[in-house]
Amino acid sequence: MTALVELTDVSKFYGNIRALEGVSLEVHAGEITCVLGDNGAGKSTLIKIIAGLHRHDAGTFTIEGEEVRLDSPREALDRGIATVYQDLAVVPLMPVWRNFFLGSEPTKGAGPFKRLDVAKMRETTRSELLRMGIDLRDVDQPIGTLSGGERQCVAIARAVYFGAKVLVLDEPTAALGVKQSGVVLKYVAAARDAGLGVVLITHNPHHAYLVGDRFVLLKRGAMAGSHAKSEIALDELTRQMAGGSELDQLSHELARAGVATDGEPSDKGM
Amino acid sequence: MSAEATAPADERLLRRGILRRLMGRPELGSVVGAAAVFVFFSFVAESFLQTSSLSTVLYASSTIGIMAVPVALLMIGGEFDLSTGVMVTSSALVSSMFSYQMTANVWVGVGVSLLATLAIGFFNGFMLTRTKLPSFIITLGTFLMLTGLNLGFTKLISGTVSTKTIGDMEGFDSARAVFASHLTLGGVDLQVTILWWFGLVALATWVLLRTRVGNWIFAVGGGSDAARAVGVPVNKTKIGLYMGVAFCAWISGQHLLMSYDVVQSGEGVGNEFLYIIAAVIGGCLMTGGYGSAIGSAVGAFIFGMTSKGIVYAQWNPDWFKFFLGAMLLLATLLNAWVRKRAEAK
Repeated sequence: MTALVELTDVSKFYGNIRALEGVSLEVHAGEITCVLGDNGAGKSTLIKIIAGLHRHDAGTFTIEGEEVRLDSPREALDRGIATVYQDLAVVPLMPVWRNFFLGSEPTKGAGPFKRLDVAKMRETTRSELLRMGIDLRDVDQPIGTLSGGERQCVAIARAVYFGAKVLVLDEPTAALGVKQSGVVLKYVAAARDAGLGVVLITHNPHHAYLVGDRFVLLKRGAMAGSHAKSEIALDELTRQMAGGSELDQLSHELARAGVATDGEPSDKGM
Repeated sequence: MSAEATAPADERLLRRGILRRLMGRPELGSVVGAAAVFVFFSFVAESFLQTSSLSTVLYASSTIGIMAVPVALLMIGGEFDLSTGVMVTSSALVSSMFSYQMTANVWVGVGVSLLATLAIGFFNGFMLTRTKLPSFIITLGTFLMLTGLNLGFTKLISGTVSTKTIGDMEGFDSARAVFASHLTLGGVDLQVTILWWFGLVALATWVLLRTRVGNWIFAVGGGSDAARAVGVPVNKTKIGLYMGVAFCAWISGQHLLMSYDVVQSGEGVGNEFLYIIAAVIGGCLMTGGYGSAIGSAVGAFIFGMTSKGIVYAQWNPDWFKFFLGAMLLLATLLNAWVRKRAEAK
């Protein structure tokens, strides 16, 4: 079976800065591919290439077997790739229903009387969100008044409604509390069960391991590992993600600095 | 969130919805302000309530209002235009000088002026989207350049600071009928600019609230990165907004020319702020993403009432700018307060 999205040895340079080099990943329908990495590992660059915001400089990028070079987010959307960004998923001051259809608004009428199908937009927004378990008091409220988790869910519901085949999620749980993260992860799993291929970008290995099928680790713009879930345990994933030997070094340094590593509480100092 | 909570939640929606919808309208602050100004001048100026005064007030409002509409749309789209005041003059100058120098029908000059003015608007939008510099800087540059060109070209061509009269040229009468005539409706003398103004407000409101482009205007102002990410053509929308401003500057410019038949090349400087003030009093946010075309009309109406009301009250008009400034502050504070209440969960 052909992968929905496949990157092979993809690189991106900004002038003489190597933002991404030799990264490969596969996204299959009904699977979640997690991209893990610390700050500055190249996660954002990777997402921008898949979303069509930047063009890659080297390597191949195929969508359903066809090699592409995306010039705009519109092109990515037309090919079924929908991206939900952590901060820029929605326009806060606009009502929920306007946000839901932004960029793909349904119209009725023709010529100069072509107008938004407002009744359909409101009704669809309400029913689609209800289907995902979000019961809005009022679809007219500015989306900025929703909680961070709800906003992410609206953005995910929107992508699913518009028939995305691949859903790219940029740190959907980064700014959320434990409970809200759980809610968002539930919708991510729901999107996967609906047959979408999902790319989940995160720096939280615990969240990734809960839902992921494959894990790609990035470090300083390069691949640091690629594993199927059956090949790796959470502890090992966490260790690799945090930089393995660097973590050992860190605990060594902390121990020398007088931090109790053996769990014995100390009432000196603080 | 649970199923049993659905029914009572819907009841609450009905009751709160009406109040909230009213409170959430961007125009609300300006309508309250306009009512206050109207009542105030009705008491202090006896002649304020006569129909002839009303038509004078409406005319004064329309000259600002025609430009306040596109400026409001532009501000909702998150940008400024400081070149609007002199752009109106440029548009009138091009039209007048082209007709006169080519001894062409006035309508030819009007057509050339439309193209030239739209080109200025395109230039503003294109420079903004290409360079990503703040619109404040780009349009400040355009403002200064146009001011210089207006004066320089007029002196070069006519030898004085004003254009030659085109009042006796072919097509002037019909052009005046379109841009600067009077009509009498039910005994009230109305300037045709009032019709232009109302027409533009209606058109802009329709575009903003009921078309895809309107949705995009709100989106590019409220979060241009988010808009771009979901496929909104951000750059085209912004360039279009600047060209909308230019189109209305063309209407205003032709009115300026046709009401007298000559144009002073130094006119228009400072008017750009009046347009912005009308838009802000009408509920437009300085940061973009929020506002309305009707609000800008109410803002322009407040401007008209104040500028003429002071005359009818027989006060020294020197005080006018003070009132305008105070009104701007009050309106902005009121808007901020109303919006905070409306958005409170």
